Amino acid sequence: MSFMDFFRANRKKSASVAKGRLQVIIAQQRAEVGGPDYLRVMQEEILAVVKKYVEVDDDAVKVQMEKAGECEVLELNITLPDGHVA
Amino acid sequence: MAKIIVITSGKGGVGKTTTSAAISTGLAKRGYKTVVIDFDVGLRNLDLIMGCERRVVYDFVNVIKEEANLNQALIKDKRVDNLYILPASQTRDKDALDLEGVKKVIDDLAKDFAYIICDSPAGIEKGAMMAMYFADEAIVVTNPEVSSVRDSDRVLGILASKTQRAEENQEPVKESLLLTRYSPERVEKGEMLSVDDVKEILAIPLLGVIPESQSVLNASNSGQPVILDEESDAGNAYEDAVARLLGEEVPHRFLDIEKKGFFGRLFGG
Ligand SMILES: Nc1ncnc2c1ncn2[C@@H]1O[C@H](COP(=O)(O)OP(=O)(O)OP(=O)(O)O)[C@@H](O)[C@H]1O
Ligand SMILES: [Mg+2]
Repeated sequence: MSFMDFFRANRKKSASVAKGRLQVIIAQQRAEVGGPDYLRVMQEEILAVVKKYVEVDDDAVKVQMEKAGECEVLELNITLPDGHVA
Repeated sequence: MAKIIVITSGKGGVGKTTTSAAISTGLAKRGYKTVVIDFDVGLRNLDLIMGCERRVVYDFVNVIKEEANLNQALIKDKRVDNLYILPASQTRDKDALDLEGVKKVIDDLAKDFAYIICDSPAGIEKGAMMAMYFADEAIVVTNPEVSSVRDSDRVLGILASKTQRAEENQEPVKESLLLTRYSPERVEKGEMLSVDDVKEILAIPLLGVIPESQSVLNASNSGQPVILDEESDAGNAYEDAVARLLGEEVPHRFLDIEKKGFFGRLFGG
């Protein structure tokens, strides 16, 4: 591989990196947008409540709506920091 | 029945106003009576691109507030028959537009025009929502770049849920992708998302690809929609997009690197 080819090969990556990132972002975005409007707000409010008691990261609360047959399931995930004793 | 088309993107500065000016001019040139509305209240821009800034007397908000009637506010283009511009207001009042007022103006225009082109402001706030609410079709202007593609996807979600057609369970807004500021050289080098990448990610029909072109800046400098520049690659690409909008099948041009001249071949790799 010549010197120029080395840079070309490196460059090839940036567009495909962009594509890969986009595919992930957009899958996430569609899952969020697919749910009802209040999900995002609710997520923020729950996070605020949790923060009153535990020091957690801003992305500690995950709220997701899923369809399971006839019912809709609201899944709530709260990640507590390491070493936290409940 | 008038067809209402919103030119939208989410992200700012991707080419919505350039596109609104080109597409409306192209439709009018083909004989369709067309009006292009600037929804960017507070940041009027379309009048400059259309070269009619010195003829603005009344604007969209004046009409909504019934301070002027439509005939007083519409500016007739001097170059192309059948083409009218409804300029945005420079007011800083964000609430100057309301759905009821916008609906009344659009209903009035629909009696008289074949196409109503709505130039959306950036973002997904009120102005952008107003611009898309009554649309039959949406042209999603996207640059081959991560944040623009992401924003376009968000806008697609909103088109499918927050428009009149969505809320009234009518046939959904017809969406198409216009990829602008495309540079085949950079795609070839792997530095830019390709048209196929973006098509695959957004998964909507492709209306056209507009190359990155100096002629767009020249056009805006002189207040001439770029589609009137018959020598220009971007102008020709917009011409093709208008043809496709009207249902013609036109092959895509400007997707590949222009053949290099003698010196290019001599020194290029
Ligand atoms: N194909 C192109 N080639 C080169 N420059 C372009 C092209 N399309 C648009 N531009 C330039 O990009 C800039 C933004 O264009 P334009 O005003 O049409 O975008 P916009 O989406 O309407 O922006 P805003 O979100 O602020 O309303 C302008 O300077 C314009 O000249
Ligand atoms: Mg604009």
